[in-house]
Amino acid sequence: MSSKEKGWKEISPAGVCWKSSMTYLTGDWKTYHPERDLQKCTKCLLCTIFCPDGAIHWKPEKGDIEFDLSFCKGCGICANECPTKAIVMRI
Amino acid sequence: MSFSEGKFTAKDIAEKPELFMSGHRACAGCAPATVLRLIMKATRGPTIVTNATGCMEVSATIYPYTSWAVPWLHTAFETAGANAAGIETALKILRKKGRIKDEQVDVIALAGDGGTYDIGIQALSGAVERGHDFLYVLYDNEAYMNTGIQRSGGTPYGASTTTSQAGTAVPGKLENKKPIAEIMVAHDMPYVATASPYYWKDLIMKARKGIEVNGPAFLHVFAPCPRGWRSDQAKSIELTKLAVETCIFPLWEAVNGEYQLSIPSKVIALAPQKKKSVREYLEGQGRFRHLFTPKYEKMLDEIQRFTDEKWKRLLKRCGMTLAA
Amino acid sequence: MKSVVKQEIMGLNGDEAVAFAAKQADVDVVAAYPITPQTIIVEKFSEYVANGEVNTEFVCTESEHSAMAACLAAAAVGARTFTASASAGLALMHEMLFVTSGCRAPVIMAIANRALSAPLNIHGDHSDAMAQRDSGWIQIYAENAQEVYDSMFQAFRIGEHLDVQLPVMVGLDGFTLSHTLENVQVLGDNVVKRFVGTRQLPTVLTHDGRTVPYKLDPANPMTMGPVAMPNYYFEFKRQQEEAMRNALRIITQVHEEYGKLSGRYYGNGLIEEYQIDDAEIAIVCIGSTAGTVKTVVDELRLNGVKAGLLRIRTFRPFPAEDIAKALAKVKAIAVMDRSMSFGGNGGAVYQETRHALYDFSTHPSIVNYIYGLGGRDTSPRQIRKVFEDLQKIVQTKRVEEKIRYIGIREGQGGKDE
Repeated sequence: MSSKEKGWKEISPAGVCWKSSMTYLTGDWKTYHPERDLQKCTKCLLCTIFCPDGAIHWKPEKGDIEFDLSFCKGCGICANECPTKAIVMRI
Repeated sequence: MSFSEGKFTAKDIAEKPELFMSGHRACAGCAPATVLRLIMKATRGPTIVTNATGCMEVSATIYPYTSWAVPWLHTAFETAGANAAGIETALKILRKKGRIKDEQVDVIALAGDGGTYDIGIQALSGAVERGHDFLYVLYDNEAYMNTGIQRSGGTPYGASTTTSQAGTAVPGKLENKKPIAEIMVAHDMPYVATASPYYWKDLIMKARKGIEVNGPAFLHVFAPCPRGWRSDQAKSIELTKLAVETCIFPLWEAVNGEYQLSIPSKVIALAPQKKKSVREYLEGQGRFRHLFTPKYEKMLDEIQRFTDEKWKRLLKRCGMTLAA
Repeated sequence: MKSVVKQEIMGLNGDEAVAFAAKQADVDVVAAYPITPQTIIVEKFSEYVANGEVNTEFVCTESEHSAMAACLAAAAVGARTFTASASAGLALMHEMLFVTSGCRAPVIMAIANRALSAPLNIHGDHSDAMAQRDSGWIQIYAENAQEVYDSMFQAFRIGEHLDVQLPVMVGLDGFTLSHTLENVQVLGDNVVKRFVGTRQLPTVLTHDGRTVPYKLDPANPMTMGPVAMPNYYFEFKRQQEEAMRNALRIITQVHEEYGKLSGRYYGNGLIEEYQIDDAEIAIVCIGSTAGTVKTVVDELRLNGVKAGLLRIRTFRPFPAEDIAKALAKVKAIAVMDRSMSFGGNGGAVYQETRHALYDFSTHPSIVNYIYGLGGRDTSPRQIRKVFEDLQKIVQTKRVEEKIRYIGIREGQGGKDE
């Protein structure tokens, strides 16, 4: 019996979810992580588009992309699709 | 910007908020997850999403967590079409009665090939026949992946799934993939299209068109599952490019029943030397591994033959013929 | 009764009474599929729509399963929804009934109770709704078209009550009630509108950390119908059970309020006691046959027999306490079931009634009579025979057969009951 879970008198009826998945960090799933060669990167943003987890963000204020490794599962799609091969997957 | 005309850049897309949030528990390299992110980027305002049971539903809404930043409803496996009908109808009447704000709310139904080709086809067909205003997006990973890779009506010829296994006596699924998009065109509906996530701009544009159309719209999206297809998880998007280049999954739209080939497939039609052999697409997937053995390799020719046949037929419908 | 409102008499059969009530109750969405003997409900409602008499969206879905899904989805947006079905249609909805109650959507449904196949039979019995008694729906069964009409409005108030939030099915016997013309006293449109009010929504905590009304609303996004793992699923079911317990109280409250308005009461809303107070022998039954039993009870009373009837109006939640209290002093009870629970040691009503009386020290004899399956008619003579059997049980203090069948032919020189 888990004491951390809520009881039936405490939760809203009908199972409406009350936690955003942004608090569930899937980053520890990965074996490989992406590393980017800033010289080769043209900021085409294809990686931000193809990432299944939305773990690559375009930061307009920085004028650059950012990998969010707390969600990255290390699938390697970004590296595979990068037109300039600027991303490699490393352990 | 005119989204449905494709007048947007990758930056425009990247700057739109993520309505399908990170932290979902889809497998690494899951193309349907990418598809969902891109579909949600195509929305234009208040949107309600309803999802059939399946991978995307289960992996994104494990109580108490949710990856959905928009109102979202799941009821059962067969009911994506019926849910959309109910939601759209309720919005209509509540708006009319002044009980909710008088604003446009778009309804999107999401379902996998499981919830569309087979168990969900009745509700989809009924909702389309009644003309409800909604966009139905089929994310097709070609089997009942969520329950463990069992065959569906969308599983292609020759694929090995757990209920159509490739063994010493039978070489995988012997039936052809049901032409679901053509079936939907035959419903006389305003908009049907096929899309592939590698061609993200085409996909988003078509999703937006489907949202904007007044009445039902159907978008068939190709979405590889590295787990079920036994393919490299890094190549999920690349496979969607190959599927188009081999004409296994051509891209087209049917606007009020009139077929139009989409640019990525048009390129191939106009320059047939660019058309790749189906082997290039099949060889990267473990579910077709048995086709590359002496016993079953004749099936590769069979697959090439009917792929070419269907491609020719599609070109005819689109008012094009193969260049000599 | 000064507060009883003025009412008009209309000639309506049970189905028409349902449709008329749905019209008056300001329903937002009706999603339905036709099936005998409910067809008059959807046809009549279509007539209202065609003549602009209702401000309701009517969706002719392609199956009952989709009808329930569409009603549930519409209710999720905040609409007041209504549908109707019977027999195979209700059976087809089976999966969605559980989903609807699990989502706590107060969908209201009229069921023109009809036999289940096979063999195919379009006539009245209770097998369809009895087969759904575990689905988490409140079940109210009517004795006549008047009660059907009255129960419809009560159903909206009960299901939509914030302490309940459960779907409700109102049962009317197929053909006997659905297709038989009766004088029905109807309330004025404004009276009904005031009684049913507008649908109230409970509030829920969403992933945005806010507590907002439970509906699909772009201004307050929420996720409805998630997957709940073993660590949470059980708690949601317990919540549903609590709602059912609250419903026992709320059904009587709503019934009382409606009674003051219309002048019509059906027992206390849960059970109706007819000459039970000093009864030595009694029949327990559901639905229109209770009317026949009342006639026989009156006859027997004239002859000095202390007979009585307990009609169960609300079967879910099962009013065990009320039933036990009512039957405590009865010596021999015949529970009539218009459905079978194959291999179940008696019908559903029999099992639950017997169970309710188990702890009573008086321990009356309780027997089961299966009757009227597939629309077979039950005559006053047959009812009288049941009471005679009960008298024999009281005299001999012995029960020979616990489970009997009324009017069934054994053939081949065997016993015709």
